[in-house]
Amino acid sequence: MNHLSSETFRENARAALADVHLRGALKNATSLFGERRKSAAASLPNWEELRNQARAIKDEVLSHLDKYLEEFVRAAESRGAKIHWARDAAEANAIICGLAAERKARVIVKSKSMTTEETHLNAALEAAGLQVVETDLGEYIIQLADEPPSHIIAPAIHKTRGQVAELFTSELGMPPTDDIAQLTSTARATLRDRFAAADVGISGVNFAIAETGTIVIVENEGNIRLTTSLPRLHIAVMGIEKVIPRFADLDVFLKLLPRSGTGQRLTTYQSFITGTKRHATDEGPDDVHILLLDNGRSRMLAHPVTRQSLACIRCGACLNACPVYQQVGGHAYGSVYPGPIGSVITPQLMGIEKASQLPYASSLCGACREVCPVKIDIPRLLLHLRGEISERKGSAAERLAFKLWARVMMSPALYKMSSLVGRVLQRVMPISRAWTSGRDLRPIESKSFHELWSDE
Amino acid sequence: MKVSLFVTCLVDQLWTSIGVSSVEVLRRVGCEVEFDRRQTCCAQPAYNTGYLKEARQVARRFISIFEESNADAIVSPSGSCTAMVHHYEQLFAADPEWLPRARAVAAKTHELSSFLIRVLKVEDVGASWKGRLTWHDACHGLRDLNLKSEPRTLIRNVRGAEFVELEHADACCGFGGTFSVKYPEISVAILDQKIDAIERAGVDAVVSGDASCLMQIGGRLSRKGSNVQTMHLAELLSRR
Repeated sequence: MNHLSSETFRENARAALADVHLRGALKNATSLFGERRKSAAASLPNWEELRNQARAIKDEVLSHLDKYLEEFVRAAESRGAKIHWARDAAEANAIICGLAAERKARVIVKSKSMTTEETHLNAALEAAGLQVVETDLGEYIIQLADEPPSHIIAPAIHKTRGQVAELFTSELGMPPTDDIAQLTSTARATLRDRFAAADVGISGVNFAIAETGTIVIVENEGNIRLTTSLPRLHIAVMGIEKVIPRFADLDVFLKLLPRSGTGQRLTTYQSFITGTKRHATDEGPDDVHILLLDNGRSRMLAHPVTRQSLACIRCGACLNACPVYQQVGGHAYGSVYPGPIGSVITPQLMGIEKASQLPYASSLCGACREVCPVKIDIPRLLLHLRGEISERKGSAAERLAFKLWARVMMSPALYKMSSLVGRVLQRVMPISRAWTSGRDLRPIESKSFHELWSDE
Repeated sequence: MKVSLFVTCLVDQLWTSIGVSSVEVLRRVGCEVEFDRRQTCCAQPAYNTGYLKEARQVARRFISIFEESNADAIVSPSGSCTAMVHHYEQLFAADPEWLPRARAVAAKTHELSSFLIRVLKVEDVGASWKGRLTWHDACHGLRDLNLKSEPRTLIRNVRGAEFVELEHADACCGFGGTFSVKYPEISVAILDQKIDAIERAGVDAVVSGDASCLMQIGGRLSRKGSNVQTMHLAELLSRR
C-alpha cells in the first residue's frame, strides 16, 4: 500500500500541492462539508450549550475512565458480549486473527472503523490468509485503490468521480461510466455478495454506553447494519475513550456528531447493539465480541494538557475547516488521523519522534477549535507538542536562533543594533528564500518607530 | 485617557506608518499617548515555535515594563500580539508569582479597534478615504479576541470608502508566523485562496488589523503585479 510517512510531511505536502485532481476534489468536498456543517449547527439554537455539555460529559469520563470502562464491561458481559482488552495494535490484531481462526473464517466484511485503520488490521488479516472486504463505499474505493483513507469520515475524499470510475473499470471490470448511480449500484451488487459469504463482521464503535453495555454506531449506507447482523460473529473494535456514562448522554452526542461530520441532522442509520441475541432463533450474530484498545491512549490520558485529545468524537469537522488540510489533503500527514486533530493525536500515538513535523503543520488560525463539537483546544495542544519537540528534538540551529532572539529581545541596545545590522544586511543578501520564493519581502524601514518617536 | 502604545516589533521595524497612524488616531479621539522605549517583542515567535523558556523570558520582560506604566490602557495595533499577551497566563499557569502579574497586564491590553469601540465607545474617528475596500479578518483578532464587528463598524464610518465583504473573510491568509517559512509552499497555497478572493472583490485596497497578514498578502499581491493596496486599519483611520 502506498503509505506515506509522517516524517516526510514536507515532501508529501509538496507532491500533494502539485496534484490538480487532488486539489480540485479537496476544494469541492471540504467547502461542501464546511457549509453544510455551518447551516446544520445554526439550525440548533442551543449549539454552544450542546458543545459545553458534550465536553463536560467527556471530561467526566476521562477523569474516571477506569470506573466507566468497568461499568461498561460488566453491563455488556451481563448481556452476553465477550470483552477483550488490547494494549496495542499488535495485541488487537492477534486477538482478532485468533477469533477468525477459531471459526475457520475465510471471508470478513468490515464497516468503516478508524480504530482498525490505526491498527492496520486489514494487513494482519490478509497476512493470515483471510479475504477482507471493506463495505463502506468510500473505504471500498480506497481498498480497491490500495490506499489509506485520507479523511476521518470521508476516506475517499481525495478522489474525483472520474478517478473512481476508472478504478471501477479496471478493478471490477464494469463498462466505463462516470454516472454515480451506476457506480454505486455496481459496488452494492459486489458487496451484497460478500455480505452473504462473510463469516465474520468487524465494525467500529461511535459510543459505548457504560450504563447499559450498549454500543452505538452511526452510518448512512446500511452496511454497518449488515456487517453487524449477517455474519455469525460480530467483532466491534473501540478505543477505550469511546465510553460515555449514560444512555441519556446520547441526546447530546447524536445531535453534535452528524451535524459536525456531514452536516446532517441525523444519520440514516443508528445501530444500538446490546450484547447478543436473546434467543437462539432470533436473527443476528451468535456471538458479539468487543475489543477495547489502548494503543497509547492511557499515555495521553495521564497528561493533564493532552488528556483533552481523547474527547475527540472523530467527526472530521476540523479537517474540513483547516486551511492546511484543504490544500494538502489527508495522505500527506502519513497517518490515518490527518488534519488538525491528527497532528495532535498522531505524535502521541506513534511517538513524537516519528511525527515531529505534524504539530508544525498548522498556521494556528484556530478554525479547528471553532468548529470542534467537543471544544478541543487544538491550537493549544499543537503548541504544547511543539514545546515538547523543541526540548527533545529541535534542530540545533533553530535552538540557537531562538536563544539569540531572546537575547536581542531582552536588551533594547541589542535590539536597536540588530535593527541597524538588518538594514545593511538586507541590501547585500537575501534574508529568507523560504519567504521570497513566493512573496516579495517588505524591507526594513530606514528609521524604526523607536527612532521616529525619539525624533518627535 | 492615558494610553501606553505597544507598537509590536514587526511594526517597529517593517511598517512604522502603522505606529504613527495609531498615535494619530488615539490622539484624535482624546487619548494621551505614551511610548515606553524599552519595549521590544511580545514573545510570540518563540511561544508559537515551542521555545517556551525563551518565550517566558521575553514575556516576563514585557510584563515588567508595562506594569510600571500608570497608563489606563495598553493599546496595540495588532490582534495577534494582543492575543499573545492574553496567552501569558498559559505560559505562567504554574507560576504563582508571575501568573497574577501576567493577568493584570493582559486585562489592560487591548487591540486598537477593540479599544476604540469597546472601551472608548467611539465608532467614528472622523476618517475619510476614497475608494473601494475590503477587510481580512486576522485569525488571532477574530478567534482569540472575538473581533468581528468592531473593525467593520469603524470602516463603515470612513467617509468616501465603499466597503465590500470579502468572500471567506475569516479564512486564514496562510502566514502563521514561522509556519510561513517552515512550510512556504503550503503557506502560499493558502494565501492564493485569499488573493483570488481579493481579486474577485474588485477592490482598491484590502485592510486588516495585523501587519503580519498584510505583509503576507501584500508580498503576494506585489509579486503578482497587482494594484490592490494593503493597508492597516490604523492607516485607514488616520486618513482625513
